[in-house]
Amino acid sequence: MYRDDSEKMNQKLLGLNGDEAAAYAIKQVNPEVVAAYPITPQTIIVERFSEYVANGLVDSEFVAVESEHSALSACVGASATGARAYTATAANGLALMWEILYIASGMRQPIIMSIANRALSGPLNIHNDHSDSMGARDSGWIQIYCENCQEVYDSHITAWRIAENINVQLPIMICFDGFTISHTMENVFTLNDEIVQNFIGKRVFPKITGHLGETDLRLNPTCPITMGAMDLQDYYFEHKVQQHEALLNSLEVIESVENEFSEITGREYGLIQSYMMEDADVALIGMGSVMGTTKYVVDQLRSNGIKVGLIKIRCYRPFPKEKLVKAISNCKVIGIIEKSLSFGSVGSPLYQDIKTVLYDYEKKPLIIGYVHGLGGRDTSPENLKQIFQDLLKIDNLTKKIGNQQYIGLRE
Amino acid sequence: MSELTLKNLSKKPDLICPGARLCSGCDETIIVRLVLKATRGPTIVTNATGCLEVATTSFPYTAWDLPWIHSAFENTAATASGIEAAIKAMKKRKEGPLSNFENIDVLAFAGDGGTYDIGFQALSGAIERGHDFTYILLDNEAYMNTGIQRSGATPFSASTTTSPAGKIFLGKTENKKPLDEIIIAHALPYFATINAAWPLDVIKKTRKGIDINGPTFLHAIVPCSRGWRFPPEKTIEISRLAVQTCIFPLYEVNNYKGKTTYELSSPSLSIAKRPETKKTVEEYLKQQGRFSHLFKPEINKEYLKQIQETVDLKWSILLDKCGI
Repeated sequence: MYRDDSEKMNQKLLGLNGDEAAAYAIKQVNPEVVAAYPITPQTIIVERFSEYVANGLVDSEFVAVESEHSALSACVGASATGARAYTATAANGLALMWEILYIASGMRQPIIMSIANRALSGPLNIHNDHSDSMGARDSGWIQIYCENCQEVYDSHITAWRIAENINVQLPIMICFDGFTISHTMENVFTLNDEIVQNFIGKRVFPKITGHLGETDLRLNPTCPITMGAMDLQDYYFEHKVQQHEALLNSLEVIESVENEFSEITGREYGLIQSYMMEDADVALIGMGSVMGTTKYVVDQLRSNGIKVGLIKIRCYRPFPKEKLVKAISNCKVIGIIEKSLSFGSVGSPLYQDIKTVLYDYEKKPLIIGYVHGLGGRDTSPENLKQIFQDLLKIDNLTKKIGNQQYIGLRE
Repeated sequence: MSELTLKNLSKKPDLICPGARLCSGCDETIIVRLVLKATRGPTIVTNATGCLEVATTSFPYTAWDLPWIHSAFENTAATASGIEAAIKAMKKRKEGPLSNFENIDVLAFAGDGGTYDIGFQALSGAIERGHDFTYILLDNEAYMNTGIQRSGATPFSASTTTSPAGKIFLGKTENKKPLDEIIIAHALPYFATINAAWPLDVIKKTRKGIDINGPTFLHAIVPCSRGWRFPPEKTIEISRLAVQTCIFPLYEVNNYKGKTTYELSSPSLSIAKRPETKKTVEEYLKQQGRFSHLFKPEINKEYLKQIQETVDLKWSILLDKCGI
């Protein structure tokens, strides 16, 4: 993790759960405006941040809004005024924000939002799956999925540089599993405030041409501009394609910002993370905390000489297709594990994405889609071992191809 | 601008430019123009979805000569909260171009749909949190931009496309939501009703709202030629009648140190002093096509009596509150 002891010494080890890791990073970022509404399992973020405000550890304006819809709306207003704006939510709260998700990305506002992933109602369930943020995958936000509390902390620092990059100018959702990450305390290496501030720097603004000439894209009485104008058949299409291209281009920016960050921390993530993939015959692909458990299972199977590996998708939007294709090029069989159902569709979102990507390539592995962990149901190492064992019996797989499998589901 | 007189303000450039696509005779432009005459310096405007927004900002054109943002229909007050919080934070840190201004005023424009109905929660929250902004409600008593559908602001018996006057139901069957009372119950520092027929009153109340720290609310009655069905040249006449009939009295509510005081503005005060000058609701209603079913094929005396009684009762309650 560290190149030498001195590097390690510069970082303070704290015991933080995922929510606290997010709140701690945001304290160090000290954004001008934080607008949020409480929802389990995100609440600890809002509580900790309120404490930082109450004790003068940040000088952010904390707007304790009356709904998630207003939380993101206030962030749009603040961000358009030139502030760094942050919010956090989960499940139904994210669903209530839906309309403003598209407005935030369409207005190209680099807002940062934490999602403590939780199952969507109904029926009501407060535990983890990815049904909330998966539904927002087409909303024009960058989506990062974290495996552990360290990754949560780090992502809340790098996000600002990515979102605010002049070629990106898009909002980011940092997703981490509710309770499994949000409420689980882990050792987290933290940077000092000054290093964080130097890393994120000041917000930069793209130049636009307003009716009084060239100016920053922000609400400023010195050079007024109109934001959120009505945009009809003659321009809307171009604006949407520009937005799409900016999201695709952010792949490069994410990598370069994270490389720079790893210079300071010694921690590297990348768009995807491959583990034991060099000679793996069979691999699991997934996102979030379950990939930590999968690593453990891969190690166990490898110790018995079984050639398995895993790929963690960390950046889900934009989809890192080239990295993924390269990472699985030697693999014969792939299982895709995900915590969300795409009702009535041909498979869950990640399965759809990966299959679509591979259609254009000659070398195609066998792919089986697995849905697991809905509503917080635990996925055990045994469950994952069973999936690997299934996938290793290639001859038996034909009848499963195209049929979504369920892990841990009672018959 | 030393003194708020029409003569002085006529020299101040308009911050909303002519040539926007609002209907002829639209009262919204008149109110907005007057409100912007009353600004005291750097101002940021946020606007709900609606006629005003779509007719003034068809990309790549804009009618606004000041920083302006539209986000959605129901979140105007929440957007204003974010703008105000951002200004506060940047001034506190003395960072960025906005921190150079001593004051930046935040104005929010929204229609009755965006205020009485879909934006009600965001508005209540923003007032409760005490953000320093002035909210201007442009009340044309229905969803005009989508084609004249009834809202919580539509008055009893008005015919709209979703409360049409038919054989069984004669227009809207419910009364207008008592929004003013609800807003005033938030104990905000300043509330006032405004009417384009008294332009200087609009300007003075707007400036007062801007000057006062904290959330302030201006309720403008905005007759709509298309939705209310009257000729465009009658806008101000009908607007004036709303006050002369006491359907829409002009008054102010100040909240100072927790004590709420009501005060009638001069057009309504003069009616209070000389009750014989108060006009009947019939004079207001008969000029508007949305109430034509109350007069044709024959006069609906029962409905007119009911409307008059409701107006009289509300007027007497207001007089009580004003200590008259």
